[in-house]
Amino acid sequence: MNESIYLDEARDPLIIAEGWMKDGKDVAIATVVETWGSAPRPVGSHLVIDAEGNFHGSVSGGCVEGAVVTEAMDVIGSGKARMLEFGVADETAWQVGLSCGGRIKVYVERLG
Amino acid sequence: MDPYVLKTLNEERRARRAAVLVTDLGDGRDRIVREGDQVAGELGTAIARAFRTGNSESVEAEGRTFFLNAHLPRPRLVVIGAVHISQALAPMARIAGYPVEIIDPRTAFATPERFPDVALHAEWPEDVLTRTPLDSYTALAAVTHDPKIDDFALKAALDARCFYVGALGSRKTHAKRVERLLALGAGADQIARIHAPIGLDIGAASPAEIAVAVLAQTIHAFRSRGLEAKGAVA
Repeated sequence: MNESIYLDEARDPLIIAEGWMKDGKDVAIATVVETWGSAPRPVGSHLVIDAEGNFHGSVSGGCVEGAVVTEAMDVIGSGKARMLEFGVADETAWQVGLSCGGRIKVYVERLG
Repeated sequence: MDPYVLKTLNEERRARRAAVLVTDLGDGRDRIVREGDQVAGELGTAIARAFRTGNSESVEAEGRTFFLNAHLPRPRLVVIGAVHISQALAPMARIAGYPVEIIDPRTAFATPERFPDVALHAEWPEDVLTRTPLDSYTALAAVTHDPKIDDFALKAALDARCFYVGALGSRKTHAKRVERLLALGAGADQIARIHAPIGLDIGAASPAEIAVAVLAQTIHAFRSRGLEAKGAVA
């Protein structure tokens, strides 16, 4: 458990996204905006992605990050935000899913 | 996300100030709302709730869907006095999610043996609080009984608008303390924010029970932030 009362700047996704932006990189920010049932990361959690596919943070326990990164590359290209929904693998149209049985909604937007 | 919004949000977070990022999920526009900013209507009610609980959520308001991401600084508890009560309070508060720092210049009290795994400063509050200032997401409990140690910290806590300020001592002790704080330049309305005698009235007798009373009062103060002004909390 992180007990610091200050931001962990080296691992904080939003601080990292700002740093990438200052370095002139294109960045997408993914945010968990809704969860149902058991979800590994709470509403408000972030995954930040750059145009090369580097990422920091998480929106699940590693189950759907790969798919979010792929979508994020498109969002960086088009500038159009997307809402993604993930559930149990075989119950949704997505190839990836959450083995915990929960469902999450992830909003992916471009920075700038 | 607007780059300027991200920069501003990170500034607020670094400075331990609360902010809610409001994103219109329809058109992607976003803005920062700071604690105390007035926002009307259903959206305003939802934002106020986000500040109070720290929970982020999607809300329907004015026919649109907004995502409110609540960024609250982590609350912490600063205890003036490495005494018996503090020995019980430190682990309890940590479990409840309030990291603790203990300050006491008396080196016989402030020893790592008495306080394993606690951020402990065997220094005067003047020195520690200059280095790491108090803020409105910090609670301060002064439990030394010694005005030389407690008073400066109490005045600093009132000036920094700590969300909770408690001071150990009987009503009689507190009456004298009030005189001293007035002499230090504290206002009567500021002084009225001090919880003294300290702790919720649960009939606590032992040091550990007093620690429970102090922790409960701290939690209550944190979860009812901002409600006093509206008269919702006595």
